[in-house]
Amino acid sequence: MTGTVLTTRRVDAYHALTVVAPGIAERFRPGHFVGVAVGGPNTSMLTRRAFSVHDVKPDYGGTVEFVLSPRGPGTAWLAERRARDTLDLVGPLGRPFPLPRDPVTCVLVGAEYGSATLFTVADALQRRGCRVDFVLGAASADRVFGALRARRMGETTTLTTEDGSLGLRGRVTDVLPAVIADVRADAVYACGPMPVLRGVTAVAVELGIPVQVAVEERMACGIGVCMTCVLPVIGEDGVTRMVRSCVEGPVFRGERVRFDDVGTIPFDALGAPGGGTRHVG
Amino acid sequence: MSVDMRTYLGHVELANPVTTAAGCAASGSELAQFFDLGRIGALTTRSITMAPRAGRPTPRMAETPSGLLNAVGLQGPGVDAFLERELPWLAQRGVKTVVSIGGGTVAEYTALARRLTDAPGVTAVEVNLSCPNIEDRGRVFARDGAASAEVIASVRSVMRYEVPVVAKLSPDVLDIVSVARACVDGGADALSMINNPLGMSIDTEAMRPTLAAVTGGLSGPAIRPLAVRCVWQVHAALPSVPIIGMGGVLTGRDAFEFILAGACVVAVGTALFHDPYACLRVLRELEELLAARGFHRLADAVGLAHRPPGASTRHRIDLEESSL
Repeated sequence: MTGTVLTTRRVDAYHALTVVAPGIAERFRPGHFVGVAVGGPNTSMLTRRAFSVHDVKPDYGGTVEFVLSPRGPGTAWLAERRARDTLDLVGPLGRPFPLPRDPVTCVLVGAEYGSATLFTVADALQRRGCRVDFVLGAASADRVFGALRARRMGETTTLTTEDGSLGLRGRVTDVLPAVIADVRADAVYACGPMPVLRGVTAVAVELGIPVQVAVEERMACGIGVCMTCVLPVIGEDGVTRMVRSCVEGPVFRGERVRFDDVGTIPFDALGAPGGGTRHVG
Repeated sequence: MSVDMRTYLGHVELANPVTTAAGCAASGSELAQFFDLGRIGALTTRSITMAPRAGRPTPRMAETPSGLLNAVGLQGPGVDAFLERELPWLAQRGVKTVVSIGGGTVAEYTALARRLTDAPGVTAVEVNLSCPNIEDRGRVFARDGAASAEVIASVRSVMRYEVPVVAKLSPDVLDIVSVARACVDGGADALSMINNPLGMSIDTEAMRPTLAAVTGGLSGPAIRPLAVRCVWQVHAALPSVPIIGMGGVLTGRDAFEFILAGACVVAVGTALFHDPYACLRVLRELEELLAARGFHRLADAVGLAHRPPGASTRHRIDLEESSL
């Protein structure tokens, strides 16, 4: 569908784009993402870029906002969009975050602009009576996304930067065990680069509380047809499968994702070369 | 004015010439969220293998100028799961299904074909010849006319007579016409081209190959001229063999180019990654283009670019009256 850019703004090191897209806003649930075409109709850039949705508002029939970090030519093109430009979007895509039925205490962990995803989650959790605490971090102060908003929404907000320019010096995983203990957290929600998710999952597993992670894997289609965004995930039956992070994810239970094996085909995965699950032709 | 878009793959009639390219539609249900699969001529499955396959490690994809490199490695659940879940799902919805099959040995292709023989809902079988031939030092079947023909002949011999066997050819060969001819001699009812040519990309930041598998198949508009050339050459040499043309079809105009070169069916692949509605859009645009040029039937445009230079477009009228 085609959406019109409503506003575009810089947020520290990032860009936030708000697009009028009623069809997406209507069906959106926290954790969903959108696939955005870049470069215009005659572009040489064929793959869509996937962005998690930061905010959904009812204005103009429904708007979605997503945050991007200009890195390559595609994101640079998006960063140059102005109000009234049109964008080609597909969404909402992926599986949203599961929410607890009871009012429990949740720690929301975000690294870099991964925290953009967390605010709709926080909103949904609070509407269910959950207590929400934030842990946000990045390499430097200008790369911590949403600190102000987290302070407004969360019971507590702990900030970390690797260079010490904001909050505590270190990474989100350094402070997470203490935060979980202090607030007596019942669950963890996390979004950010894969190494962070791996660390957050390790902490949550160690402390024995459930953890939901939204993974960041590069995608070409976002709708489950290209098979390029796979990662090894352990299924309910204990079998590891190479699953698509776009349609089976991007949200997974942290302990089910084999973070150490991302980028490989584990030998015991279903259909792995020479694996024990091969059928005899 | 409406155009008669019916086309024939062998003797199987398709309502229109648009299909998905193998490996670009997963199991079909993913695309069904966006449009009614029954509206396209046929759906081509990803290549089905005998055993479940986990594919290649990630990263599996790299964007290149007007193209996409991929190294998925035929990830799939294997033929049992395909016959149990995916094929019945498609059959229930009345989707014409071209089943792509892949294997490492002639025996594996044959065994796969045998499994498909009794399965209801198989419209055609497309033999993906771009798999490494385990018995021949990993040399790809499609590179060798004799090896390709052996696979095709074996699949043809076990497949029900009413199910066309389509040979999918690779452009990474010296002479695609000779491979095409060998496949037709081996019993192929139709040809499909082109499979992804091999490409490679290097990440200049990491100073390493971008894909985990180092090399991958290149798709998208970057390969369209290569694909049109292959379709042209093969249609010129074997004018009576139906051809499924594919390679970088993004618009109806692109599809029309393949049809003029000699394809009677056109597959949409990489475009689906960019636009899930691409098949229907290509079909609509193609029909509009044909109507705008005064065609009543799609069949009249197939291979039309082969007419001698200087012949006017009125030549088409003669074609209509000919036995073609």
